[in-house]
Amino acid sequence: MTNQWRDLKNADAVLVCGANPAENHPASMAHINKARNERGAKLIVVDPRFTRTAATAEIYAPIRSGSDIAFWGGLMSYVIENNLYHEEYVANYTNASFLIDEGFQGPADLDGFFSGYDPEKRSYSTDTWSYQTDSDGNVLRDETLQDPQCVFQLLKKHYARYTVDMVENVCGMPRDKFLEVAQPYAATGAPEKTGTILYAMGQTQHTVGTQNVRSMAMLQLLLGNTGRPGGGVNALRGESNVQGSTDMALLYHIIPAYMATPSAAKHKDLAEYLEKETPSGGYWVNTPKFLVSLLKAWWGENATTRNDFRFDYLPKVSGGIDNYAWIAMFHAINDGIIKGMWVMGQNPAVGGPNARFERKALEKLEWMVVQEIAPTATTDFWRAPEVDPASIQTEVFVLPAADAMEKEGTIVTSGRLIQYRPKVAEAPGVAIGDIEMMDLIFRELRRLYEEEGGPLAEAILELNWSHGADFEKICQEINGYWTQDVTDADGNQVGKAGEMVANFTKLTDNGSTACGNWIYSGYWYPADDGEGNVMPAAKRRGQKDPGGLGMNPYWGFSWPVNRRIIYNRCSADTEGNPWSEDKALIWWDEAEGKWTGYDVPDFAGTKGPSDAGFNDPYIMLPEGKARLFATRNEGPFPEHYEPLESPVENPLSSVQFNPVVKVWDTDSGQDVGDNVGASDQFPIVCSTYRLCEHWQAGGMSVWLPWLAEAMPEPFLEMSVELAREKGISNGDTVVVSTARGEVEMPAVVTARFKPFSVNGKTVHQVGMPWHFSWQGLAKGATANFLTPHVGDGNTGIPEYKAFLVDVRKAV
Amino acid sequence: MLDISRRQFLKGSGATAGALMLPPAMPGRQEVPQFPLHKKVSESRTICPYCSCGCGLLIATDSTGHILNSEGDPDHPNNRGALDPKSISVRQLSTSPHRQGKVLHRAPGASNWEEMTWEQAIPLVARKIKDTRDASFQTTDENGVTVNRTNGLAFIGGAANNDEDCYIASKLARALGIVFLEHQARI
Repeated sequence: MTNQWRDLKNADAVLVCGANPAENHPASMAHINKARNERGAKLIVVDPRFTRTAATAEIYAPIRSGSDIAFWGGLMSYVIENNLYHEEYVANYTNASFLIDEGFQGPADLDGFFSGYDPEKRSYSTDTWSYQTDSDGNVLRDETLQDPQCVFQLLKKHYARYTVDMVENVCGMPRDKFLEVAQPYAATGAPEKTGTILYAMGQTQHTVGTQNVRSMAMLQLLLGNTGRPGGGVNALRGESNVQGSTDMALLYHIIPAYMATPSAAKHKDLAEYLEKETPSGGYWVNTPKFLVSLLKAWWGENATTRNDFRFDYLPKVSGGIDNYAWIAMFHAINDGIIKGMWVMGQNPAVGGPNARFERKALEKLEWMVVQEIAPTATTDFWRAPEVDPASIQTEVFVLPAADAMEKEGTIVTSGRLIQYRPKVAEAPGVAIGDIEMMDLIFRELRRLYEEEGGPLAEAILELNWSHGADFEKICQEINGYWTQDVTDADGNQVGKAGEMVANFTKLTDNGSTACGNWIYSGYWYPADDGEGNVMPAAKRRGQKDPGGLGMNPYWGFSWPVNRRIIYNRCSADTEGNPWSEDKALIWWDEAEGKWTGYDVPDFAGTKGPSDAGFNDPYIMLPEGKARLFATRNEGPFPEHYEPLESPVENPLSSVQFNPVVKVWDTDSGQDVGDNVGASDQFPIVCSTYRLCEHWQAGGMSVWLPWLAEAMPEPFLEMSVELAREKGISNGDTVVVSTARGEVEMPAVVTARFKPFSVNGKTVHQVGMPWHFSWQGLAKGATANFLTPHVGDGNTGIPEYKAFLVDVRKAV
Repeated sequence: MLDISRRQFLKGSGATAGALMLPPAMPGRQEVPQFPLHKKVSESRTICPYCSCGCGLLIATDSTGHILNSEGDPDHPNNRGALDPKSISVRQLSTSPHRQGKVLHRAPGASNWEEMTWEQAIPLVARKIKDTRDASFQTTDENGVTVNRTNGLAFIGGAANNDEDCYIASKLARALGIVFLEHQARI
């Protein structure tokens, strides 16, 4: 989230699309309802299903799963054609005025493609997707936004094709419903108004997931809604700490705090890494300080200027999502490349796409170690109902873990708010914390490498493990500390060896600081809770809320540097004054010569109206302006393509699905394989989703009696119309079939789903929750037996939200 | 709420309610004497382990650290005491009999678990990791670029883990040369 949960109360309109907060983020509703009750905000829900959130909304508009870009494009077109965009914001805070290369062409010119597509490689050359510059390298701009090559005009041309009729045709959203959504939400383009967009996996789990998210960001930029109270692009993150686990880079493509994983092709040594990863402008110019401080945290005194700070000890990748991301990783397991898997609290046998394929791949592992709190379909995959244990040679260890209440730690909300949890209960049996067990494993590994050696044993022997399992020391390493006494030019001491740094502005690239995660820097540094009590910032529970906007700056610590709304320079106009008094967040104080207000400015605090870059709020980008035009693998503007499995031909172009995604075909045609279904055999759209009463892949909910009683098994939600067509009654057991397999579960025949009319064709949609397996008190079919092995063109996230099924009554 | 504790607040509101709702001289009404509980209960605060709202919880435990009750934390600005079905159920998460709390080992081809001690399991696990890493370790790629990685090991998880757990996992995985490193955020 760019903003905070409590900030939702400041919105003048709340648009929920691809999320179901009343069910999956229930605490958010109090803040949304505050906006409705106190500001008259409308809650608008756009979803294929009439969800629990829709049931409480002022406006509900149905949308066919997999057609979001057509909807967002329609909204952008509506905003532009009706002159409802926030002109001062768009002209000054975005790249709308930037001129693009004359050779650039888009789907309006090239029938669905952008210029530069290579059908052989299924990828684009981005040569024509660049800014025009003068001979000094300065970007050419037209601040009147009239030049046909400026981003604004190209955007306008691109989305002119996304008419209200087109939205109705593609999305199956009746035009009056679309207008009912568009009018109140577009009204937040008025300078004094803000609207917020809430989304979750309903936007991301598509082959065009990244472009769905970009569409929302672009709409918010056109309406001037980001960086402001009551605005923002707000991902309702799925797990209690998926924000933190991402920040810590448990992903192949990043190292902690969003730096790129070194790659063999681009980064042969530290110098080349820093040259290629350090931009010419924006805050990432500090990349060398962040990377060197990370290497110092990891390899301590063994990391020196003479040995590139042990940069070579970081493993390098060769390739991208099609080589390493989740689906590719399971292919590497299936191919016998990966022989051992170490699992910390994850359940791929339920959560992975094409789970029959992924479960079968697990059988190829020589060994698996699982840190887990309770039995799951992964810990016990070797004795799932469909397999014969004798035929599976995988050796498995389960290391019993303490749960969240049984160990100490911090977690991060969707709003980047880091909160501390003490140990409040004892773990069962011999269960211990994950840190303790990883410490035991590391110490034994280090002993083995000391005794026996091995390839690059130094990376392990030299690893700075002085923290051991000491929680406090780990926090200090993440926060960052001085590795030596440091004095300034006047001889004053600025840093003392071993003491924590106050925040990341202190970090250096010469080895005098170590920091495990620069965006967390300051989280463990002593801070006041607003009442005079000083403690590690993440532990604070101060209630004060200066300004009354729900920023609560003394509660916990919000990365970066306790900033509650990122890009908050945008909360003030081009003179530095708030757009309206009731949403004054930060502003330029001319008398004091600095920015002031109720949040930590996301901007140089003393940069005034006469300084260059005063209107460059997006400090993480070299150009300082938000990108309405931005390079992504499938193009600089989101264009609608159908899901890999779709019941219709793409009404917008002859490009049927995202032209850069990889379509896997391992074992296709076999019972368990990368099979893709066609609409003549599987004509119904299906989505998977979650229930309030259960949790993700089930490990934390299916064994709980109260939750099992409330929701004992999975079910298929289907419309009255489809049930009638198929001769199915409410409660009947049905078979849901796909090209990858079939599952059985009871039917819930409901008015929550209605058939869509898409391009003149009736399209049915159904849906089911995905938490279940044969393990647990609440048990049943695993929905991911049905989902396809295909991922988004930029991130590889699987397309769980739109795939094709057929439904029949079980005999 | 700024200057009064939760207990004072509840006490205050209780007294107000009593004064408003009860007749001044209710026949038979007697002051209830205070009896100390036989089972000692301690109360502490934590954050819900389910969704990313980060709601505050008040947890009551007995003297053995067993959770007896969970309620919403009225002082927490995100939830102000409210909870959903999962967060109110955290007692069952911690005390479930299905949390075996045992180190388990399944031999190749076996039909059942065998129980192990930590002292038995850790050397076996470390041995597996080392042998697989060493056998699959790649120092340079085909162009002679140093890559220092193992393709034989994968590490996955965990979005329900603490930041510090994840940090240690991230550091350890990289030190081992693991490149197949993924978790829930991807899917």
